Amino acid sequence: MLAVNVQKQLDRFSVSARFDSASGVTALYGRSGSGKTTIVNMIAGLVTPDQGRIALDDTVLFDSDRHIDVPVHLRRIGYVFQEGRLFPHLTVRTNLDFGRRMCGLRPDEKEMRRMVDLLDIGHLLDRRPGKLSGGERQRVAVGRALLMRPRLLLLDEPLASLDNERKREIMPYLLRLRDEVAMVYVSHHPGELKRIATSVVRLDGGRVVSTGGMELLNQADDEFF
Amino acid sequence: MFDITPEEWVAIRLSLRIAIVASLVALPFGLAMAWLLARKEFWGKTLLDGLVHLPLVLPPVVTGYLLLIAFGRRGFIGSFLGDYLGIVFSFRWTGAALACGVMGFPLLVRPIRLAIEAIDRRLEDAAATLGASRWLVLLTVTLPLALPGLIAGFVLCFAKALGEFGATITFVSAIPGETQTISAAIFSLTQTPGGDAAAGRLVLVAVAISLLALVLSEWLARRAGMRFHGE
Repeated sequence: MLAVNVQKQLDRFSVSARFDSASGVTALYGRSGSGKTTIVNMIAGLVTPDQGRIALDDTVLFDSDRHIDVPVHLRRIGYVFQEGRLFPHLTVRTNLDFGRRMCGLRPDEKEMRRMVDLLDIGHLLDRRPGKLSGGERQRVAVGRALLMRPRLLLLDEPLASLDNERKREIMPYLLRLRDEVAMVYVSHHPGELKRIATSVVRLDGGRVVSTGGMELLNQADDEFF
Repeated sequence: MFDITPEEWVAIRLSLRIAIVASLVALPFGLAMAWLLARKEFWGKTLLDGLVHLPLVLPPVVTGYLLLIAFGRRGFIGSFLGDYLGIVFSFRWTGAALACGVMGFPLLVRPIRLAIEAIDRRLEDAAATLGASRWLVLLTVTLPLALPGLIAGFVLCFAKALGEFGATITFVSAIPGETQTISAAIFSLTQTPGGDAAAGRLVLVAVAISLLALVLSEWLARRAGMRFHGE
């Protein structure tokens, strides 16, 4: 259970959002510039809210009143970025293993094997990210985030940099992961969210305009496209 | 012509030792300075940046004289280091290494700074979300990605240290076997009747070492760069 209640003043724009999300996949949905990325960055700890509280299950990650701000590297929240952000100097294998090593977890060859099979990236292990296609890169990025055994997985427009064919290629893998870990999935694309989300938080101008189920995506179709 | 005399070997070995020690000792300081200038905003940053680059534009004799005032036996830093830590610079090879390190410092800092500035900071954010503390981010992402700049800076500093003359001779003179480097020896040989052949030999040695360092750095930097793009 993720509980978010944050305020943040940015240069020309402010974010003030409050929502809870249970297990499953919570969609953060809204046009670009609606504050989606800022909110996931606050959950990850990459952006510090001016005020508010963020809690994951029974751990408080941020609380301005109690001066709690758990550093990014201790939050154990996986993050799949729009551009993958794989480490160019490491092979796919060492990229995948990075989080486990940084978190000081034991090597787990079985789990590695399972994830590699799940994402079909076995043939890429010895390559470097520079030699991967966009779709392959995003699959490795998902695997890298999951192999550190995160308590929550954030996905920020994970398909936005891909063409339609690649999008179709990745979606089945993401669907397989739904039972692995709770996710917050950011997108401005209702079609994509309809396939994967279990609940929806709609944002506009840095504010939450509605929360609920998949019906929010239907009514929004015409508004955004 | 190519029979290098024992005295010349002394100068060659001494030069190499001074240049290697100067570059190695300067490296961690240069790295810290490069990181500070590339990543932090603070009051007096422009001044600090200027100070780092000062040895590049000052007459080397002036730098040597300033070192003498600061690090000489009775200098305000030199007397402290000598009295409490037993580190003496004046008229020692360590003083020559200090002078060479200071002269090479701007050449060391600049490529590293540029390399750090060129790193996509979002990669460092990604490493943090994967559980890497600041130090681990530095060790596992920042430094490896800045490696080509690190190599370039190190070699430039080494080459500068190898050829340094003005600051060294002003600060620690040119005592054969202690502070007389290849450059100082060449200078002194050209002032001596009949020293031409010996000077010529040392010139060839200096050219050879410098070329070797440049070729080696080029090769290392290419290998490091290849890792980002190759299979």
